[in-house]
Amino acid sequence: MIEINKLNAWFDDNHVLKDVDIKVPKNGSFGLVGESGSGKSTVLRTITGLVDDWEGQILVNNKELGPTRDKTFYRLAQMVFQDPFGSLHPRHTIDRILTEPVNIHGLGDSDIRVVQALDQVGLDNSFRFRYPHQLSGGQRQRVAIARALILEPKILLLDEPTSALDVSIQAEVLNLLSRLRRELGLTYIMVSHDLAVVAHMCDDIAIMNHGRIVERATASQLADGRLEHPYSQQLYKAAGGYDRAVIDSFVDWD
Amino acid sequence: MSSETLLSVKNLEVTFNTPKGDVHAVRGVSFDLGRERLGIVGESGSGKSQTGRAILGLTAANGKITADQLKFHDVDLANLTPKQWRKVRGARISMIMQDPKYSLNPVMTIGDQIIEAYREHHKVNAKEARHRAIDMLDAVKIRDPERVFNSYPHEVSGGMGQRVMIAMMLIPDPELIIADEPTSALDVTVQLQVMAILDDLVRDRGMALIFISHDLQLVSSFCDRVLVMYQGHVVEEIKASALHEAKHPYTKGLLNCLPKMDGDHSDLPILEREASWAEG
Repeated sequence: MIEINKLNAWFDDNHVLKDVDIKVPKNGSFGLVGESGSGKSTVLRTITGLVDDWEGQILVNNKELGPTRDKTFYRLAQMVFQDPFGSLHPRHTIDRILTEPVNIHGLGDSDIRVVQALDQVGLDNSFRFRYPHQLSGGQRQRVAIARALILEPKILLLDEPTSALDVSIQAEVLNLLSRLRRELGLTYIMVSHDLAVVAHMCDDIAIMNHGRIVERATASQLADGRLEHPYSQQLYKAAGGYDRAVIDSFVDWD
Repeated sequence: MSSETLLSVKNLEVTFNTPKGDVHAVRGVSFDLGRERLGIVGESGSGKSQTGRAILGLTAANGKITADQLKFHDVDLANLTPKQWRKVRGARISMIMQDPKYSLNPVMTIGDQIIEAYREHHKVNAKEARHRAIDMLDAVKIRDPERVFNSYPHEVSGGMGQRVMIAMMLIPDPELIIADEPTSALDVTVQLQVMAILDDLVRDRGMALIFISHDLQLVSSFCDRVLVMYQGHVVEEIKASALHEAKHPYTKGLLNCLPKMDGDHSDLPILEREASWAEG
């Protein structure tokens, strides 16, 4: 469904992605893990057309992407951002937020589509005419997912979709994302700094550091801690909690 | 742990007066603190931060604090004048905030900020203060303290900024540190490194620590004792090492809903809340 070969990207003189290769099969779920500045979000932003200066090959549904994205691309792939406080217009009602993409793409039947999209993410109709500030963080993230789903895309690009949420709400949103992938046959690329979230959600995982993929693993390899690269081992150990001896063994990867 | 009680909180209540009516943020929290590391854990809105802020008298102006007892040694924290507070805050109890980006002064060099914190409570000349500040930066394991001393907060990374914050809060040598989500804005490995620095300093100097966080796992691997808060109440108090023996359904629910690295992709257990938990 998605194939990326030798992707390089720059922010001015800063080389932020270095020869990134990713392959995600249809209905697959691919996880990108890394710390801040590793380039994990930049991969998603490049796919979705938010980065200008890049080289390499991006194939989505066997079609190579050029420098710009057209409407058909956005019907196929939608992005969900990290911060539900920042990604919803504060002065638009949920109804208007959800109707806008339907109108842009001229799909019609916006009334039915809005109701259906809210239903898919487990929000009842009473939310439809509220404003984002009247919703909790978890409900807001559900709206952001509904906005992506309303165009019936086949691919969701998820950029830290739960890192701004409490753990109990995170569990609900992760379950929702798993259910949607099953029911709608979606393909995911999910970015997270949390190894456990990615291990839970994804079949294949890549660990990034300074713009490069340093290691690839399957979910079961990750579960057993079978990682080769010292950087990924360090991340794996860090996910285990506070352990003085482990911390003293940490190396800076600047 | 010595049995000496540093801080005694009995039946602490914090209520905010808002246009939509009173919001009862903290409801009857009680605990005694010795020279130990106490974790306060809860989700957003549980009252964990407001508990910490009430101890330091930092509750917003529309908030009202009542307590049967709020005592630090023999100082009654509930009835201090602003002048008396200045002798306590920073000098005897200090607080590390969440994000160094917002809690450091952006237009003052790091060195000047640390010196300011030190000279507020110690009468020393400029040269001595500078010397102390650089020693302190060295103590929080900043490799090039001279350079960081002359830098502005935007010129250092988040992890470095939080080390600076720790240096600044620890330099007056307080007895109690309240750390409110001190590492939540940092990457995992940096987070652990910063916690290790805090751990060493608190231990070496015999300070008490209240560590406020949403991360139950992290807190329990770091503290001696944990209070779990839900809607303003302490629903459970447990020894950190006995976390897996937690009895309250809320604590168990919080632990169970975390995704695990066991390769299992089935749905996560959802935390079902019961109204009775909020009745204390």
